[in-house]
Amino acid sequence: MSTADATRLPPGAALLVTGPLSSVRHWTRFLRSELSLIFLRWRNLALLAVLAVIPVLIGIALRLSAGEGRGGQGPAFISQVAGNGVFLALVSLTLLLTLVLPLAVAVVAGDSVAGEANHGTLRYLLTIPAGRTRLLGIKYAALVVFCVAACTVVTIAALIVGAILFPVGPVTLLSGTTISLGAGLLRLAFITLYVAAAMAALAAIGLAVSTFTEHPIGAIAAILVLAIASEVVDSVPQFASVHPYLPTHFWLSFDALLRSPVAWTDLAHGLLSYAVYVIIFGAIAWARFTTADVTS
Amino acid sequence: MSAASRAGEQRDEISFGRADDGPLTAEPGQRRAEAGREPAEAGQQPGDAGPAITTSGLAKRFRGGQLAVGGIDLAVPHGSVYGFLGPNGSGKTTTIRMLLGLVQPTSGSHTLLGVPMPAGTNTVLTRVGSLVEGPAFYSQLSGRANLARCDAADRTADPRTADARISEALDRVGLLAAARKHYRAYSLGMKQRLAIAAGLLRPRELLILDEPTNGLDPQGTREVRGLIREIAAAGTTVFVSSHLLAEVEQICTHVGVMRTGKLVFQGTLEELRGRGATRILIRTTEPEQASEILAGLGLQDIRVAGGEASAQLAGQAPEEVCKRLVYAGVPVAGLESPRSSLEDLFVELTGEGFDVDG
Repeated sequence: MSTADATRLPPGAALLVTGPLSSVRHWTRFLRSELSLIFLRWRNLALLAVLAVIPVLIGIALRLSAGEGRGGQGPAFISQVAGNGVFLALVSLTLLLTLVLPLAVAVVAGDSVAGEANHGTLRYLLTIPAGRTRLLGIKYAALVVFCVAACTVVTIAALIVGAILFPVGPVTLLSGTTISLGAGLLRLAFITLYVAAAMAALAAIGLAVSTFTEHPIGAIAAILVLAIASEVVDSVPQFASVHPYLPTHFWLSFDALLRSPVAWTDLAHGLLSYAVYVIIFGAIAWARFTTADVTS
Repeated sequence: MSAASRAGEQRDEISFGRADDGPLTAEPGQRRAEAGREPAEAGQQPGDAGPAITTSGLAKRFRGGQLAVGGIDLAVPHGSVYGFLGPNGSGKTTTIRMLLGLVQPTSGSHTLLGVPMPAGTNTVLTRVGSLVEGPAFYSQLSGRANLARCDAADRTADPRTADARISEALDRVGLLAAARKHYRAYSLGMKQRLAIAAGLLRPRELLILDEPTNGLDPQGTREVRGLIREIAAAGTTVFVSSHLLAEVEQICTHVGVMRTGKLVFQGTLEELRGRGATRILIRTTEPEQASEILAGLGLQDIRVAGGEASAQLAGQAPEEVCKRLVYAGVPVAGLESPRSSLEDLFVELTGEGFDVDG
């Protein structure tokens, strides 16, 4: 009853609505609602917990094997961890990028539209009306936030464990120069964001896949298969000509940030690749979602 | 003036609610956000007597080739309670999905509240509440949190009145006491009522309810029926689909009947009943004279037996026939127009195999 009065404002009041402030507020309100659905879900919290626990396990394993002289083995940076705990974050990001980070992103991205369709909540969101383009935009924005959160969780957990188990100090870069701990942490922050950008590109692929099905599990599996297939092809030298076009090809290019001066072209290639993937798959998702019949 | 004082009240209420809306206090912002409801009404003022829903040759053929809806012309008058009837699988839900822009028609066109669809989807649907094929909410959220989610998705809803509006909607469907319970703990009736509450989060000019009493016990059915009556009495046009005749008969002013994707009847409930008045029976001491009059009126299948004359009505109103008989000096001792029950009519319209589900 109380709201009925509010609708009887003078017609001129309508002119005030389209102001940018109110539209920004409605976007942030919807985004907050979307984020709370993602981050208050036990399954997603468990994924984030796994992302936090794995760096701990890696740290403990490296601490136990310290001094056993296993130089040259394993991923890059691994031999540096014993000398500087900051490198544990790089080792963790490198190892988690092969499966667990893409898995976490696939789960949340695959669920984004297909999960709503499966639940039946999609038809209610659309009749509210949330707006199909707007809903897709909000879904992707929330996925990007999740990607940043997932990568940040890995970095922070690794930094904490690294600081507890190993000495921490000025960072020696791959090019041999040493920078202060503060500058090193700043570069680590950029590396985390770079990895998050890679995951955001995967999330765009995932969002597109998610608009084609009502079965979130199917979408999640498809995204993972795509990511793994891309990694496999990327590791076969005979396919070198297609490597630069693979979505996973530039994932580990973040070591460009560990050189002095920073190898910007490598980074730029990676970011360009991600941007192209976001645009292409964003367009596919939009074309599909804005025309699809919602029969779930 | 009253809007301003109401706004004050609402803000007070909000301050007891959740704090996540933050200290948004700027008065101009409030006015602007409240005006958010206005543009939708700009196209057509409430109370405009245009039809609430019209469709023209609306058809849907699914990709498999199956024709779900085969070109129907609905006309739902403003202010009516329109019962959309038909057996399961007759195309009701597909029609409703097309009306709401969820499914694109293969051919034909339709309008909601005078606005052409689907072009007007994002503007006109704010004035339309809906329940499509059963309730669907997030099972991990409470009833209140679910409605907050719905409201957050509505770009024209005022965030600052959200708590008050959610409470009011929950109150109207009798769920206020269970507002903090998880949706998964709700009974089917409560879920159904929560879905109706979602449609009531803001004033609506049209409610489209697909089988709102499906799966409810008689008590729940009666509650929902009462709620629909109440909503309709407040001036909202209600379009309610059902495969249960009794439900529609008690609350509707108009009906449309679907059979295998076609609209086989549309009109007022009286007109539907009128279709059943197939015979007229007159008790009189002068049955022969009566039969002549009946023949003169063009009635068919005239039978005379004892003190009675009866005939098949062909569209004539029984009262009109009675008047003619009396004018002609026939002593009418009694007149009956035995009607088929609505249910008989229904089976006649929808064919055998209709799921009466009583």
